[in-house]
Amino acid sequence: MAKVDFAIGIGGEAGQGIATPGDILARIFARRGLNLNAYNAYQSIIRGGHTFLTIRVSDGPVRNMGDKIDILIPLNQDTMNRHLKLLKSGACVLFDNEKIKPGDAADGVQVCPLPIKQLTAGNKLAANTVAIAATLQMLGVEFEGLQDALTRIFKRKGDAVVAENVGFARAGYDYAAANFKSFPFKAPNLDKGLAVLTGNQATALGGIAAGVKFYAAYPMSPSTGVLMYMASHARQLGIMVRQVEDEIGVMNMVIGAAHAGCRAMCATSGGGFALMTEAIGMAGMIETPVVCVDVQRAGPATGVPTKTEQGDLWQILGAGQGDYPRIIVAPTDQKDLFKTIPELFNLCDRYQCPGLVLADLLISEGTASVDPADLNFRAEIDRGEIIFPNGNGNSDNPFGGYNDMAYLRYKLTKSGISPRAVPGTPGHIHIAATDEHDEDGTLISDEFTNPAKRRLMVEKRARKMETVVTQIAPPKLVGPENAAVTLVGWGSTEGTIREAVEKLAAEEGIVANQLHIKWIVPFHTDEITRVLSRSKKVIIIENNYSGQFARYLRSETGIAAHGHIRKYDGEPFMPHHIVNSVKEQLAGKTQLSVPTHEIYV
Amino acid sequence: MSTAIETAPAPVVTSAAQLIKDSYKGKIHPDWCPGCGDFSVLTALQTALFELGLKPHQVLVISGIGCSSNLPGFINTYGMHTLHGRSLAVATGAKLANHELKVICTGGDGDGYGIGGNHFVHTMRRNIDLTYIVMDNQIYGLTTGQCSPTSVKGMKTKSTPHGNVENPINPLPMAIVGGATYVARGFSGKQKHLVELLKGAIMHKGFSLVDVFSPCVTYNKDNTYQWFNPRVKILEDQGHDPTDFHKAIDKGYMWGEEIPIGLLWKRTDLPSLEELEPVLDDGGPLAFRQLGITDEQANALIKELL
Repeated sequence: MAKVDFAIGIGGEAGQGIATPGDILARIFARRGLNLNAYNAYQSIIRGGHTFLTIRVSDGPVRNMGDKIDILIPLNQDTMNRHLKLLKSGACVLFDNEKIKPGDAADGVQVCPLPIKQLTAGNKLAANTVAIAATLQMLGVEFEGLQDALTRIFKRKGDAVVAENVGFARAGYDYAAANFKSFPFKAPNLDKGLAVLTGNQATALGGIAAGVKFYAAYPMSPSTGVLMYMASHARQLGIMVRQVEDEIGVMNMVIGAAHAGCRAMCATSGGGFALMTEAIGMAGMIETPVVCVDVQRAGPATGVPTKTEQGDLWQILGAGQGDYPRIIVAPTDQKDLFKTIPELFNLCDRYQCPGLVLADLLISEGTASVDPADLNFRAEIDRGEIIFPNGNGNSDNPFGGYNDMAYLRYKLTKSGISPRAVPGTPGHIHIAATDEHDEDGTLISDEFTNPAKRRLMVEKRARKMETVVTQIAPPKLVGPENAAVTLVGWGSTEGTIREAVEKLAAEEGIVANQLHIKWIVPFHTDEITRVLSRSKKVIIIENNYSGQFARYLRSETGIAAHGHIRKYDGEPFMPHHIVNSVKEQLAGKTQLSVPTHEIYV
Repeated sequence: MSTAIETAPAPVVTSAAQLIKDSYKGKIHPDWCPGCGDFSVLTALQTALFELGLKPHQVLVISGIGCSSNLPGFINTYGMHTLHGRSLAVATGAKLANHELKVICTGGDGDGYGIGGNHFVHTMRRNIDLTYIVMDNQIYGLTTGQCSPTSVKGMKTKSTPHGNVENPINPLPMAIVGGATYVARGFSGKQKHLVELLKGAIMHKGFSLVDVFSPCVTYNKDNTYQWFNPRVKILEDQGHDPTDFHKAIDKGYMWGEEIPIGLLWKRTDLPSLEELEPVLDDGGPLAFRQLGITDEQANALIKELL
């Protein structure tokens, strides 16, 4: 059980400087070995609006942003007005008392006014530095950690700027020591440095671990972080990174690179994914392995660009016209994103089909601490049956010289997998055709659409999927087998649902268990059916309006859930949303709960 | 196998030394309409590759969709038959993955200038080393005779029964201004001339456009061989200087009684995209390099996150 579990909320206008203090705090805590999860609720505005960053820290596992704010740092009046009323006894609020009025705080909330002007000799931009310094003092963190972080951040701007900021921090730190009560909890130092990364960074790093040599994208929130990370590391790692004219170009370019032999990847959000879908079908038809990450945001159309949702499931299931094999996975957290991308590349290479990843803003822009030992860049790389001109590759290269006629790119095999030769290989000339084709790539439309050949090719491609399901881990039931209720979710909600299960037991005496589904296609129909048919009550939790996953589950297993918890306001679930909804449903009040988000960001 | 399709004799290539013109002959005879201008373009491309001494496996021909885009199926090189309008994007990916390949895109006016217009513009400005051969018949053939982006104003087609009211795209000035560094126009009726244009384009380091008048004998009753024959004038016979930007634009705009064909514009002072990419400096195609990163690189990445 965690001894320390607190959350800091920093809010203000976009442009007021929330990301940097957030980053400083995250790194200071992670360097002490504390786990953390950060979520930035923001608007699609470059300056202005309201931005609220929550950093939750614990010496135990942290799987989500949590339910409460213990330390509030409002940088403007708006943030104070919105969030102060949510603080409970034991919490505190630190603010510039010359600029912001506190309003009524609940009993037991420590109100900590900071005379920013006085502490910073009139430099109001330093309010956030002063506030985080005061916070760290109250958490018992030595000043040196903050000094190091500030030095690292401002080094580029010269020694004078470093000294100035360290001075502001010192003033805030000392002021807190003299005037405020320390927190009853401290941020311990566990002597174990953790890494801090966003899901978008984890996606990029997963691609790097998988051996991605070609990355293309069109900037689109919330997936842009992957492009930025890839672009900034491209040269040192020898990766070709392209920003392309549109997502149609992106996916076609990625397919061209993959066809020529690279591991190639792209990431986008729902609208961009919509543009890519024709090309994804082409990858299925010409059997070229590519990986595409859809970082879901609230839709449809341009939707709410800076808000999260799990609303693209049916789009991804239906991506590309026709009927063709593809693999779809919804990783559960940042660490899982990192691990899943190389695994997916191996599957795509082995089965020569597109691989699609359903992430979302919550997981991709969210920050988490990860044990560096879990960032294994030596993941197994399996490129399947591939033939390279330089002799690399896993497949025999039986055709020397120019005996091209013997090579059948789309050979009808029992497994459905045909050895793939990349262009440039002598003796294996073929055409990869998006029209239906024969074993050697010849268009069957050139033969008056031969129905017998069409059927054989459809079946060949489909056969590949018969064994994929044996290569991926089935979902595991977490919690007591004989529970009153089984909570089913998919993708990024795993950590929040897990915490809700724990809270239901600890606080409400309700025994729940959890079945979380990560691999969407292929689907572990047998295992899932077996588990759920034994459940007393099944409740499906998802971040969309219509219950896309509930519908999919029913289509695959015939199981209709007893209850549904759905959220489609753009903000992610918090554990208490699920706890309260489960209570409501177990009491028989409703079969559909739509929790209300208390904080409007 | 259906009797409607004629199977060509298998290409006879046993070694590089024995490279012959037939080495480029595809497995099947083209299913184009008899008399289609595309036959001449195919033959010109095969001849150009042979005369340049390129081996079939070193060449990747990528097409979009349309009559002309079936060409990769009729030539013995690596081929990709992709999506309508997307060949340049696919080709860019393939070229960057393996810059040692000769990558040639073949398509039509609808494919390249219509649905693929955006990729056309952006591929040109990148000056990537690709050769783009557009078989321009000023009509949509495979969809049976609708107006295309190069159909002239007033032309009656199945989709413009009262005459086309829109202005046509003129791909040549567009390419010259757009950043293509080799811009030429050929004519299916002048195959030998076309071979030379294609050889120049394939060897040019940078983006090459060869727009070829390739008459559709079935659906375009206006711009026929008979119509083009007296009008086309070979620039090389007129002493045209392809490094003169303004003259190149002027020649590109000429239409009517005299239509210039030949190399309009060429510049060699700009590096191609691959030459500007430091990632390709280490030599060898990206596609064939060792996957994964070193422990040192991994540790550096992790250190940034601590």
